[in-house]
Formats: sequence, structure tokens, C-alpha cells
Amino acid sequence: MIELRNVNKSFEDKQVLFDINAQFFSGKNNLIIGASGGGKSVMMKCMVGLERPESGHIEFDKRDMLSLDEQELREVRREIGMLFQSTALFDSLTIEQNIAFPLQMFSNMTPAERRDRVNFCLKRVNLENINKKFPSEISGGMKKRVGIARAIALDIKYLFCDEPNSGLDPITSRLIDALIDEITKEYGITNIINSHDMKTVFDIGDHILFMYSGKVRWQGGKEDLRQAQKEIKELDEFIKASYFH
Amino acid sequence: MNLSFFYHFGRYLMFIRSMLYRPEKMNVFFQRLFDEMSKIGIGSLPIVAITSLFIGAVTTVQTAYQLVSGLISKTVIGTIVSDSTMLELGPTITCLVLSGKVGAHISAEIGNMRISEQIDALEVMGINAPGYLALPKILAGIIMIPVLNIIAITLSIYGGYMAGEMSGILTHEQFVIGAQSSFKGFTLVFSMIKAFTFAFIITSVSSYQGYFTKGGALEVGESSTKAVVYSSVLILFFDYLLAELLL
Repeated sequence: MIELRNVNKSFEDKQVLFDINAQFFSGKNNLIIGASGGGKSVMMKCMVGLERPESGHIEFDKRDMLSLDEQELREVRREIGMLFQSTALFDSLTIEQNIAFPLQMFSNMTPAERRDRVNFCLKRVNLENINKKFPSEISGGMKKRVGIARAIALDIKYLFCDEPNSGLDPITSRLIDALIDEITKEYGITNIINSHDMKTVFDIGDHILFMYSGKVRWQGGKEDLRQAQKEIKELDEFIKASYFH
Repeated sequence: MNLSFFYHFGRYLMFIRSMLYRPEKMNVFFQRLFDEMSKIGIGSLPIVAITSLFIGAVTTVQTAYQLVSGLISKTVIGTIVSDSTMLELGPTITCLVLSGKVGAHISAEIGNMRISEQIDALEVMGINAPGYLALPKILAGIIMIPVLNIIAITLSIYGGYMAGEMSGILTHEQFVIGAQSSFKGFTLVFSMIKAFTFAFIITSVSSYQGYFTKGGALEVGESSTKAVVYSSVLILFFDYLLAELLL
């Protein structure tokens, strides 16, 4: 489980996160929703350690990320996988080398064992025979799947997905959602998804957190979302603005 | 001098310091180091060779043009070409050329990785991104640019000798006697000190500019331009400083 307590973050004079308190649960798809500029990406960056909040606590299974030294922080980060909005595949490496990269850096696997693991991960995301291709040679949906394969190459405990459906057609979006859901449940990962896509929320969301202007306006189970929509004007506007009413 | 200089200088020093951790995997580090040595060394050889040959040739022709007095021995041309090549033209011109070729490439490569979130991906994985990306480039530069300097000096003197002989300005013997008569070992040592210093400037400044790129493709271009401009200015500044301190 990941827990945030009283997290505040500013960029120069502009405060972007206000006293954030949130919980994200193991084995569940925890979705952060909200309009652009609401603080979702900054909150995710704070959680993975790419930004440092001014105050508060971010605990990964009771380990406070903000009080760890650089070395301890790196150890925790090895339990984290992240699917970036832009996929962030290394464009100078082949697909096989991209997925093998964390294994090469952090495991003592032999080249043959690494190759087997890469093939297993590719198969797990329904991709095969693209080992020698470069990221520029495959489609956006395939890149997302390779990104997931790279994220799960090591035995991770936490998966962060930043806008996993951005730039994808609706059919591929549903395939990616289904894949993320399967992997989360299969490995008991704490999965945090940053999304605008209400279809994703209703399809695979277990725990939902709605952000507005840098504050958590609501959090709860998917089954409570319709009731919350009636009570919170901003959440109602956000849901109604999507195609999915 | 405004405060942004101190901000950037402080951040540059912290960037350099952040590389000084043991690499996550030594074999990966050495593989990257050899790749970078090949890119910087072999990749820059043609431009360094062409530049050096012509600089040596031009120096011979222009020195002969200025020696209008018949009282001055033509061996002086060999002396001037070899000394000026070792002291100045070899390391400084070579490194100014390399700041454009190597510096812009390093900055664009790292800058592109920054804007496409590849550096974020490294950091999230728990990899020391400056150590992984920039350290092999800096070490490769420090190893290979002095080697390129030696090649540049050799080719420049050879270019000067060829130009002298082909144009009939001076004979083979006159050139060699002139070049040998004033040779001091320290001149070569000084040249190598300059090459090491300039190599560090080119690779570290370019890595810094690329690493802290913000924005998109336009900003990657700006970072590359800044890398070349700042490296060139610093090379010229340290060229003067080293001459003052060591000569």
C-alpha cells in the first residue's frame, strides 16, 4: 500500500499540491482522475521520487520515501515500474534490449536467462517476434505494451501508469486497460493510473481519487462514484464532459 | 555578473558531483565507455584530420609570406609551424572544432532523452542518470580528445611540411631542422594539459546543457547551441589562463 499524508508541493511561488492525503491499495487499480493542471502528474512524480514535496509523508508499505537517503531510495525504486505517457523507451536500444535493461542493471541473470525473461514478458503483453526491432519501428499501442513489459521485467511491487491510453485508438485503449488490469491482479501489484479516460475508470477502476486544483476532492470505490457525482459539482462536470455519461 | 551565473555554476558542480557514485554495473559502464570512446575518437577522426592538415599547410604558406627578409633562415618556418601547432593550433583549434561536433551531439542526445522522459525512466528505475549517461561521455572525451590532439599535431606538421615542399617554399631538410631545433618536451606536455582540460570542458558542459533541457525540440536545439557557445568561450578562457599559469 502507498499512503500520502499532508503532502504539499510548490514550483517557485505557485503551490500545485495542497495538503494531499490519499491511500492506494495493493492488488487494485487505483485511478487518479481530474482535469489537466489539477496536480495529477505532479502527485505521481512526487510518489516515484522525480519531484520532492516541501512537506508531508509518502510511505511505500510504511517506508517513508522522503526520509530515505539516496541509496535507500534507489533500492525502493527498484520495486517500482512505470509506464510513461510517452512510453520513454530508449530509442537507441532494440525492444529486446529495452526490456532486458532493468534485468541487466539489477539482476545477476545470465544472457540466456535474460533472453528467456524478455520473451516471457513480451508474451505476457501479447507481443512476439519484435525483439530485434527499434521503438521507432513499432506502433503506439505496441510501444505501450513494450513499456508494460519493461515495467514488469523485474518483480515489481508498484506500477505507475501515466495516461496509459493517451494517443491510442479506443480499441487499443481497451486492450491496454485489460492488460494492466490482468497484470495488477495476477501479481498483486499496487497499481496507480493517472487518467482522463472515464471508460478506463468504469472498466477497471477499483479505487478512485478525484483531484481538482491541486486538492483531493473525493476518493472512494467505483461503486460510490455515481453518488459522489451528485454531491460534488466539479466531479459531475468532469464526468459529464467526457463522452461517457 | 548576474545571479544566474552562480545558479548555473552551482548546479553544474552538483551535476558533476552526482556522477561520482559507483556505477550500478561495472560491465555495463565499461561497455558504454568503449562505445563513447569509439563515437568520440573514431567518429571525429575525419574532421580532425582534414582540419589539421589544412591548418598546417596554411601556417607554412602564411609564415613564408610574412618572412620577407632574406636574412632569416627558412628553417624558421619549420620552427614556427611545429611550435604553434603544438602550443596552440593543435589543441585549441581541434577542441573548438570538437566542441561543435562532439559537444552538440552530446547535448542533443541527452536533451532528447530528457524531453522524451527517458531520463525520468532511468531515475524511476533507480539508476543514477548522470552517472549512467554523462560519466562515460566525459571519461571517453578525456581519454580520446588528447589522442586526437596528438593525431592533429602530427597531421598538422605533416600538412605544413607537404605544403612547403610542394610549393617550393622550403626543402624537406630545412623544415625538419627547423622543427627539431626548437623542440622542447614541455611544449608537448603543455599541449596535452590543454587537451585534457578542453576535453573535460566540452563533454561536461554539453552534458550539463543536455541534462537540464526543458520543453521540446526547440529547446533541444537551444541547448545544443548553448553547449557549443559556452564550451568555445570556456576553451578560449582556459587557453589564456593555462598559458598565463604554465608558460
